[in-house]
Order: sequence, then C-alpha cells, then structure tokens
Amino acid sequence: MHDHDDHDHDHDDDHGHGHPHAPPQKDHDTGPASAYEVLEEAIRQLLIEKGVLTPQEIAAQVDRMDSRTPALGAKAVARAWVDPAFKRRLLADTRAALLELDIDIGTLAEFRTVESTAKVHNVIVCTLCSCYPKMLLGIPPAWYKSLAYRSRAVADPRGVLAEFGVEVPKGVEVRVHDSTADLRYLVLPMRPKATRGWSEAELAAIATRDCMIGTAVPTVPRRAKSKRAA
Amino acid sequence: MVRPNAPAAFQHRFAPGQAVRVADRPALGHCRTPWYLRGKSGTIAAVQGAYRNPELLAYHRPGLPRRVLYKVLFKQADVWGRYAGPAGDHLEADIYEHWLEPQTT
Repeated sequence: MHDHDDHDHDHDDDHGHGHPHAPPQKDHDTGPASAYEVLEEAIRQLLIEKGVLTPQEIAAQVDRMDSRTPALGAKAVARAWVDPAFKRRLLADTRAALLELDIDIGTLAEFRTVESTAKVHNVIVCTLCSCYPKMLLGIPPAWYKSLAYRSRAVADPRGVLAEFGVEVPKGVEVRVHDSTADLRYLVLPMRPKATRGWSEAELAAIATRDCMIGTAVPTVPRRAKSKRAA
Repeated sequence: MVRPNAPAAFQHRFAPGQAVRVADRPALGHCRTPWYLRGKSGTIAAVQGAYRNPELLAYHRPGLPRRVLYKVLFKQADVWGRYAGPAGDHLEADIYEHWLEPQTT
C-alpha cells in the first residue's frame, strides 16, 4: 500500500487514471473501543483529574518508552565484546553494568544477561505473555508476542531457529529461557571471529535486536570482510 | 539498606544443584507457573530473589510475604515426551518456591 499523504483527492471516487487502487487502509483506531481501551481512558482521566499525573507526564513517559531502541542493548554488547572486565560485570549485575554506560533500565524488572558461547546458544521467550527487555531493546517485534513463537520456541527451538535462518550444530546446546516471572533476559551473543580490531561502533552495528533475543547470530557483511582483507 | 531480594535478606528452601519437581496442580486466576512445566522435574540453577507474589499482586493485593523465585533448569527431554533435538538441550524458567517440591526419587 503506497503512502497517500502527499495528495489529497478522494480515492473513493472513480478518478480515472487507469489502475485499480486498494481500498484505503482503515485507521488503527476505527470501530468501537475495546473494554481495555475504555478502562485505560477512564483510569487516565481519573489520574489527571485527581492531580496524580499531568497529561505532560504521561506523554513524556510514552515518549520515553517509544524512544528506546535496540541500539542501547547493542552498545552494551559491543562494550562486553571489547572489555572482558565489563563483560564479567554485565553477567554478574546487569543493571549496575548498564549504568556505567549511562543506560538506566529502571527498577520495574530485574535483568539478567545470558552469554552464548561455542557450547551454548541462548534464546529468549515469554510463554505466558510477552515479557521483553523493553528498557534495553525497545518495543518488541510483533512475532515475539505471537502465540506461534511463544508456544513453539519452547517445544521446538531448533525448528524455530532454523526458520529464522539459524542452524545450531547438534554439538551445541540450545538453551531456552522462558521469562515467566520478575526477570527479563538479554542474550550476549558470541562475537564473530572476523571482527578483530573493529571499533565498538562497528561492533554495535552487527549486534542486532534478534541477536539479543537469540533468534539471530551476528554476521559480518561480505563487504566488510573484503574491505578488511584488502 | 539490604535490598529485599538480595539473597542474604531471606531464607530459601532450595539450593543450587538440588533436584526439584514443579507441583502438578491447577491454579485459579493469575499464575506464573506455565502449564507445560507442571509435574516436570528439574534442577535449581539459581536463587533469583524474593519478590511480591504475582498471584496476589494481580488482584491489587500487596503480595506479601514475598516468595522466593528460583531459576530452574530442565532437560528438554524431561519436559517434552518427543523432543526432537539433542539430549544436551535445556530449558530454564523462573518458578516460585511455593510451586516447587523436593525431588524424592
């Protein structure tokens, strides 16, 4: 569906430029409000009327959540790859280590970092709902919240990983972490061998969101390999 | 101040390495013990802390006393009757103490 924002004529009319158009995409908020939308609206209005929160504070918090991106997690991964002492601190006390990088993950949930190695490949799921390290990786991808991922990642992790393009060798353990309660998990992926001498910024670029969930492994672009070899 | 979930601040019934079994019982309402792990045997991998009980928090109650939370390690072959992967594959989940029993056999 292409973007119609750049012109303002009405696509419901037959405007005769010779090709059929898809019907206009519905607004995400058309139709009757769900029970949860009504509940949210009621509670939000009450909090504002009673002076507990201002609309500005609510908007600022929404903005704060929305502005979180996997770049935060990637920064931590890159640092752990170049600094073994930082890696030890990250594995021992994730929150404190992240504060060293000026990343504040708050106190709503505890965080743990699990390290993937040549012997074990870690992958994260929340079968009960969709717990996710939002303060470090931002809003979760839609598939992470899908019933298919949540149910299959625990029962057939190797099959799911293969669909993501990750073939874990038989001799490497697959370890699934079901974040059922008060802890959120971050995968520290294995650093690719071909990244010797890379800067933290270069390393952060290959530590993608899926690598930190465990449904991908960091890969070195062909171009970068040949550049290094040249 | 000792953080309420720092291991020194609470008693815990199980220790890392101990064999445990997840209680096989139904639960009404909010519960963080997945159905697929009920009745399954595993090993305590870590004592995660003491947290307010989510089964009560979900209904606007204080969730006290705090419950000890463990990371439990399961062999995939022990969780699923027909696990397709190698025997070395594992699954970890965080399970509250009141859902765990000592493994007697």
